[in-house]
Order: sequence, then structure tokens, then C-alpha cells
Amino acid sequence: MAGVSASEVLFKGASSRRDRRWALVASYACLIVFVIFFLFPPYYMLVTSLKTNAEIAALNTNPWIIEQGMTSAHYVHLLTETAFLTFFKNTVIVTVCVVAITMVVSVLAAYALSRLKFWGSGLLATGIFLTYLVPDSLLFIPLFKIVGALGLLNSYWSLVLVYPTLTVPFCTWIMIGYFASIPRELDEAALIDGANHMQMLLKVFIPVALPGLIAATIFAFTVSWAAFIYPMAYLYSTDQLVLTVGTVTTLIRGDVFHWGGLMAGALLAAAPPVILYAFLMDYYIAGLTSGATKG
Amino acid sequence: MAGVVLEKLVKTFDRTEAVCGIDLDITDAEFVVLVGPSGCGKSTTLRMIAGLEEVTSGAVYIGGALVNDVPPKDRDIAMVFQNYALYPHMSVYENMSFGLRLRKYPKAEIRRRVGAAAEVLSMTDLLDRKPRQLSGGQRQRVAMGRAIVRDPQVFLFDEPLSNLDAQLRAQMRTEIKKLHQKLRTTTVYVTHDQIEAMTLADRVVVMKDGVIEQVGTPHELYHHPKTRFVAGFIGAPAMNFIPCRLARSEGGLTIRLNDGLSLAMPTDCMARYEAPAERDLVLGLRPEHITEAKGGNAGNGGEANRGAALPVTLDVVEPLGRETMVYFTLAGAELCGRVSAETAARAGDAMTLSADMTHMHLIDPDTGAVL
Repeated sequence: MAGVSASEVLFKGASSRRDRRWALVASYACLIVFVIFFLFPPYYMLVTSLKTNAEIAALNTNPWIIEQGMTSAHYVHLLTETAFLTFFKNTVIVTVCVVAITMVVSVLAAYALSRLKFWGSGLLATGIFLTYLVPDSLLFIPLFKIVGALGLLNSYWSLVLVYPTLTVPFCTWIMIGYFASIPRELDEAALIDGANHMQMLLKVFIPVALPGLIAATIFAFTVSWAAFIYPMAYLYSTDQLVLTVGTVTTLIRGDVFHWGGLMAGALLAAAPPVILYAFLMDYYIAGLTSGATKG
Repeated sequence: MAGVVLEKLVKTFDRTEAVCGIDLDITDAEFVVLVGPSGCGKSTTLRMIAGLEEVTSGAVYIGGALVNDVPPKDRDIAMVFQNYALYPHMSVYENMSFGLRLRKYPKAEIRRRVGAAAEVLSMTDLLDRKPRQLSGGQRQRVAMGRAIVRDPQVFLFDEPLSNLDAQLRAQMRTEIKKLHQKLRTTTVYVTHDQIEAMTLADRVVVMKDGVIEQVGTPHELYHHPKTRFVAGFIGAPAMNFIPCRLARSEGGLTIRLNDGLSLAMPTDCMARYEAPAERDLVLGLRPEHITEAKGGNAGNGGEANRGAALPVTLDVVEPLGRETMVYFTLAGAELCGRVSAETAARAGDAMTLSADMTHMHLIDPDTGAVL
């Protein structure tokens, strides 16, 4: 009897090991497909940006590889003969301001909504999230009127004003979730230790909810770096344009597409978010709260 | 240090009364344990003392001063939570010194106090660690250290040992007691574990449904419970309760069980129970007072009326090493007795047990009061 059960156990052990191996093989297969799928566009951009105009235009060449020699002409052209660096600077200014405004507003709002229970706080939290659900394509027209009335049309400061309408609701929502996961005893301990609300927020909540803060920062950064409709609608002078619209308007003239330059511009524009993600991902670790309480 | 006084303290949550007007006077340096089942209002009471819950009505005094509207940080209290509530991003040293830093103590003073507390709690080597690098017991010690460094007027403990395993719990219990003996700080300790309550407290406050059932020393509660609830809650295994009728007989008073068994009441108890005679009551008897009948002495009206014989059939026998608990059914009630570890009795065996009636309690089934 014991022998039978022992062999059953062995059999089960072997079968679970086999299951695990299959699960791993399937996972890797899926991951490889996804990696190829998602890395294909950047690869295509890189290859095209390094091709000569002649090779890009030729129909009989292989589009996946560089056959007629690499060139940096598109990059040189982009950086020296277009206002790309101005677009870049404008985008950085807008993004830094938007991220700063978003984080200050949403962290304060999330703290208030998750911890200072007041009349209608639950409704307000839901309301904030609902505002995020209104698409940009609906919002940009009424916001155009407001931006115009404030005299900010054709100024990138209009974007600093407008982007937080997209970023603040979502980031507040993310931060509410993270703050809600902080055990209540932690604020009570801080309260007894003598902390006021601002000290509690700065010294306990923000450090503990750092992964959430980073997630929210990445979101705000991505939205303001990559937004297209708003700058398209509000900006038209070269000195005010940001990367997304500037690159396109500069390198598409009428029906002539400067593919090499477009691809080089897109690659350079995508670099800062990639670097930021790579840098912040190290800090974006789960389980920072472990040890706070029993668990 | 200071005493804590609660006066007609009430806490209501959405029309539900969690604490229903309790009065309690905790003297300076006293260790008081609030104990009761979950939902009895003990934690809410503690949180009102801490200032973490608003008082619906009544008053809380700490050191003679009314503190109803004083924020927690100004009450000069320190609290240890069930879940430790350590700041996960801070080291042990930073956790312990957080309160002092917020109060802008000089650095040297902070270092001295944290060092002294770490010494008391044997944590000097752990000061640089983060909470996640500590075991449950060590974390709870840090939480206690955080309370000690503040040198507060009152320590508040909210079920601090509930998350620890049994062995560690016993060890920490001793440490808390030692700590109190050393610091002599007024302590209010909440637990649902009656063993913790009995071992730690100078006085135990038994709560149920938002009211205090009884306040007394562990000895008083164990030997002289005032209500059936206290009698049943304090002591493990719990007191046995047997429905009975108190009848007059030739010899005096007799306790008649539902199955016809009669137990003579010891003569020295009779005067106390003259009044409720001829009434249906509940007999309360602790397991340690139901033991093996010894030789011929035990029997109805045996040696000095001490041992009343209970012929029973054992349902379950639980050897505990030092003693053996036996479970049986008598007069429709499931009862427990304590016999010597050497007993050869097994489940299903017939056995005559002896009930020491001098330790009995008679309870009014309507009011639950011990008569």
C-alpha cells in the first residue's frame, strides 16, 4: 500500500515537472512572438533611418536589411538643418512642467481622497476617474476656446495648462490605489509619533508608495511626451512646436515624405522615454511595503 | 507617568453602539488588560484612549487632564499595534527615532534613548536593518522600542502578540511583563487571549458587547467570577456548565441534575444559597475540580462533603503530558474533567469522577449572574 502511494507521489512529481517544462516552453514561445512583434517597428525605423534616400525609394531592394551602405545623412540633416533641437527642448520643458504639476496635484488629491474621509470623498474619487474617460478628441475643441481666451494659442505653455487635464485624473487614481494599500496602522503610528498630515505624506506615504509614484510619473511623462492632437491644434510656429508635431510637419512637405529623416526623428524622439523606463524600472519594484506589517 | 480614567465612555458607529458607557479607573503604573471576544469594544476603547477614535460621549482623562479633544500626538502616549506598523522604508534606528526626530530632540539625546531602548530589548545589533529583514518577534520588539524611546505617560498595546506563533508569544509575554516591571509605566493592553490577560495584568477588565462585565485581579476573576460570561471566558479549558435544580433535602440543600443525579452541597456553602432554593439554576464547575475519585473516599457526601461522585462514560481522552483531560456527557451537557497523566482510561470507558463541590458556582440562568 505504502509502495503504491509512494510511486503515485513520484509519478505526480514527474508529471508536475513535465507540466512545468511545457508551461515554460509555451511561455518562451509566446514571449518570443511578442518580442518580435513589438521590436519590429523600432528595428524597421532604425534600418530605414540608416539607408540612403535612393535605397529607401528603390522598389527592388530588401526592406529589412541595408544593402547599399549605411549613412548618417538623415541624422545630420535632422539635427543641423531642421528645428529638431528646438522641438526637443520645447518637449522637455512641457513634459517636465506637466510631470511636476501632475505629481504634486495628484499626490495631494490622492492623499486627501484616500485618507481624509470627508463628505462626498468617494463620489469625488469616482468623478475624477470618470473625467479621464472623456477622450482627447472631444476635449480639445472646448479647451481650444479656453486656451484662446487665455491668449495661449501658439504657445507651448498652453500644453502645460492642458495636459494635466489628462494626466491628473489617472495619476490620482493610481495613487489612490497605492495609498489605499498602505495599512492604516502606519498612519496611526505616525499620528501618535507626532506627525502632521504633511509630514505623514512626505515621510511615510510617498516613500512607501514609491512604486506607485514611479508608475504615475511614467504615465504622465508618456502622455505629455507623445500627445499629438493638442499640439496639432494649438501650435503652429516652428519655435513653439513639440517633437511629435514638429517632426511630422517639418519632414512631410506636401505629398513628399522624407522617410529617412522621419524615422531618424522618431527614433531620437523615442529615446528619452526608453531611457527613463530603463532607469526607473530598477526602482519600480514590488514589495516595498513588505515588513511594514505582518505578511 | 499618569493614571487613565474613563467616564461613561460611549462610542457609536452608524447607530451601532460599540462601547456603551463604560467607567474605568486605571491608576498610575498599573498594568490593565482589556479582554473579551472580538467585537466586544476593547480595541475601540483603547483607540479612544489613544485619540484614534473620536469619543461619542463621556470623557477620557490622562494624568488628570481631559483629553477628549487632544490629538494623539499631544496625549503623551505610545501605542504598539497588532500588525507592528513599522515604517518599511526606514531602518530599525530610524523607526525607533521617528517620533523623537519629529519632536526635534537633539541628535545626541535621540542616540542615547534609542541605544538604551535597543539595549533593553536586546536589539543593538539590529539597528541598521530594515523591517523586512526581521522576524515577526523582532519586528514586534522594534514596535515596542519605538514606544519605549518616547518615555510616554501611558503605553497602549493593541493585541501585540496575536500575529506571533505560540512559543514566541509566550516569550514576548514575559518580555512585556519584565519591561513593565522595569519601567513602571501605566499600561493598557488589549487582547482576546485570556491567558495573556491573566499572566500580564495587575487588573483584568472583561468586556462583552460594549460593556464591562467585571474588573478584578486575575485571581478574583478566576475564583470569584460575577457572571456566567466571565466564568466561562476566563480559564482554559473553560468552566463546565450543567443545568440543575437547587432542592431542599433532609441534609440541607441538594443540587439535582437533569438526569436525576443528586449532588450534596457542602455545608459551608449552604448559607449562601438558601435564597434561590427550589429554582432551576446552572452549576458551574472548573475542569480541575472534576478529578478521579480516589479509593472509597469519594462518593456522594464523601469525605467532608468534598467529592461528589459522577459516574460517567468518557467520550474523549486528551493526554497533555502533565495531566489528562477527559470529556464526557452528563445531564445533557458536554463536560470536561482533569485527571492524572497516569490514568489508563480510554474513550468509551466507564469511570467515576469526583466533583469538588466546594469550588462550585451557581448561576442564575435568566440574568447570567453568579449567585
